[in-house]
Amino acid sequence: MEGHSLPRSEAVGRAKGSANRVRTNARVVTALGARSIRQTFRRPQLMAPIVVFPTILLAIQTGGAGGAVELPGFPPVQSFLQFMLAGAMMQSLMLAGNSGGIALAVDIEMGFTDRLFAAPISRYAIVLGRLAGTAALGLFASLWFFAIGLVFGAEIAGGVPGALLAIALVTVTAAAVGGVGAAIALRTGSASVVQGLFPLVLVVLFLSSAFFPVELMIEPAKTIAEYNPFSFIVEGVREPIVSGVDATDTAEAVLAIAGIVVIGLGLSARALRHRLRAG
Amino acid sequence: MAAAAAISVRGLERAFDDVLAVRGVDIEVGEGEIYGFLGPNGAGKTTTVRMLTTLLLPTGGRATVAGHDVVAEARQVRASIGVALQEAALDPLMTGRELIRLQATLQGLPGAEGRRRADELLERVDLADAADRRVGAYSGGMQRRLDLAAALVHEPRVLFLDEPTTGLDPVSRKTIWEEVRALNDGGTTVFLTTQYLEEADQLADNVGIIDSGTIVAEGTPAALKAEIGAPHVRLQLEDGSIAEAEEICRGIGALLPPVDGKTVLVEVEHGAADIPRVVRALDEAGIEVGSLELVHPSLDDVFVAKTGHHLEKQKVPPASSAPANA
Repeated sequence: MEGHSLPRSEAVGRAKGSANRVRTNARVVTALGARSIRQTFRRPQLMAPIVVFPTILLAIQTGGAGGAVELPGFPPVQSFLQFMLAGAMMQSLMLAGNSGGIALAVDIEMGFTDRLFAAPISRYAIVLGRLAGTAALGLFASLWFFAIGLVFGAEIAGGVPGALLAIALVTVTAAAVGGVGAAIALRTGSASVVQGLFPLVLVVLFLSSAFFPVELMIEPAKTIAEYNPFSFIVEGVREPIVSGVDATDTAEAVLAIAGIVVIGLGLSARALRHRLRAG
Repeated sequence: MAAAAAISVRGLERAFDDVLAVRGVDIEVGEGEIYGFLGPNGAGKTTTVRMLTTLLLPTGGRATVAGHDVVAEARQVRASIGVALQEAALDPLMTGRELIRLQATLQGLPGAEGRRRADELLERVDLADAADRRVGAYSGGMQRRLDLAAALVHEPRVLFLDEPTTGLDPVSRKTIWEEVRALNDGGTTVFLTTQYLEEADQLADNVGIIDSGTIVAEGTPAALKAEIGAPHVRLQLEDGSIAEAEEICRGIGALLPPVDGKTVLVEVEHGAADIPRVVRALDEAGIEVGSLELVHPSLDDVFVAKTGHHLEKQKVPPASSAPANA
């Protein structure tokens, strides 16, 4: 064994080198995440889908369809607003993921990614920086909608632990969805293509339990919603709000998020390799 | 060449599907040199630069930059180079200061050092007052200067500037030239691609001319110009004595093809030193000269001689003295 080991000084040097690289890449992810957040707040067309649209939709739905809670089969909730909070957060985080993809595609179109690719850092740190920014926007969205819920009288059944769990799930899901947006941006390099996915986001949401209980849907939407991974995530976020933390719902949400993470990061890594090869 | 090579390129190739955009390029750039890489749009300049800066994988050949292989040691190459690519790739929503600080982070500079370098560079490129304004509000010249400052944040050994002055007004162009000269005086090797012949002539120690993916000429600007011929005197005659003037000038140097019925072009081997001889000979023959001008071959003449067309891609009639792609 000893014959194969590195000289101590070289081994220490390599370990220090690796530690430095990890530290540098962590700083790059933080810096790019911060840039991504600033970019979103400075560009109204990126911010509007994340906060303004879901807030307006939440107001319209709770104002116009608040009586739905009286329907037979509607799950027991304190109010329609309480029920809708998870859906609004989901809409916001999915549009944050889409906006992150658009912003990355704009970076590619204007050549800004070349500046990043020409730096001596891990090229995956560039994608992770974008996802960190999207996760932060997910965190912001969950806090925003919790604030709205509390101001307008919604109760958080799971208390502070439940709220923290919901916030964590929303934050991580935002990054996971952002991974899919980043993959499409890296593959196509076109902001208009990523922007074109906007309606698809709404279709996926309406075919989940985000805005209406699965129990009250009709076929084939009901079956689609039952198997839609976003329904599992919605329920994982909703349960701590409407009735308290439920281990099964949480586990199912985590599994669904993990699936999206694997798909998003896998596709992103592949698209990144393709882009670097093709130039 | 005595100095070590900062950039060494051997048989570099890049194909896009069936199209060979760069065809076996060889380049040698010494440490501390300014190398001007000239060529029209689509000649392969940017593709070559993208390979040398590790943004694009070559499909053939080999290249080292700052002693590191661009494929096998791409990270070391990226740590040694500064890059300001064509059409300054700047985020219009960031401020100048934010951009330089981000670049410092990308290059691994610690926070305090990055902030210090950002302030120093913004001052150096005369953007300190505009540092906290968004880049989208900068003029073209300001954006180029900011891009240049970002490329310098880690004091690179080799600086790649891809058409740094394209689209700039003469004053902004001059500012960039001065900065490039100052950097080079400090020991930085500069690889400069340009469409402007004057830019290469003013700045470059050596020039490479690329056309259709192939290097067609390489050398110092002076040597390249000397290669295609001596300077010539352009005589504008006041009267109709052109035949007589040509006869006299033929005894001084070779005549160049006439451009109109009032102008004589005669090569003068010793340049300005031959002018008195020309004037004396014409004066003795009683020929009245309206104007006289000593014309040196330009890099555009070199370009035309080597490629058969002007740098701006305007086709000209085949040069009588040199075949295309000679």
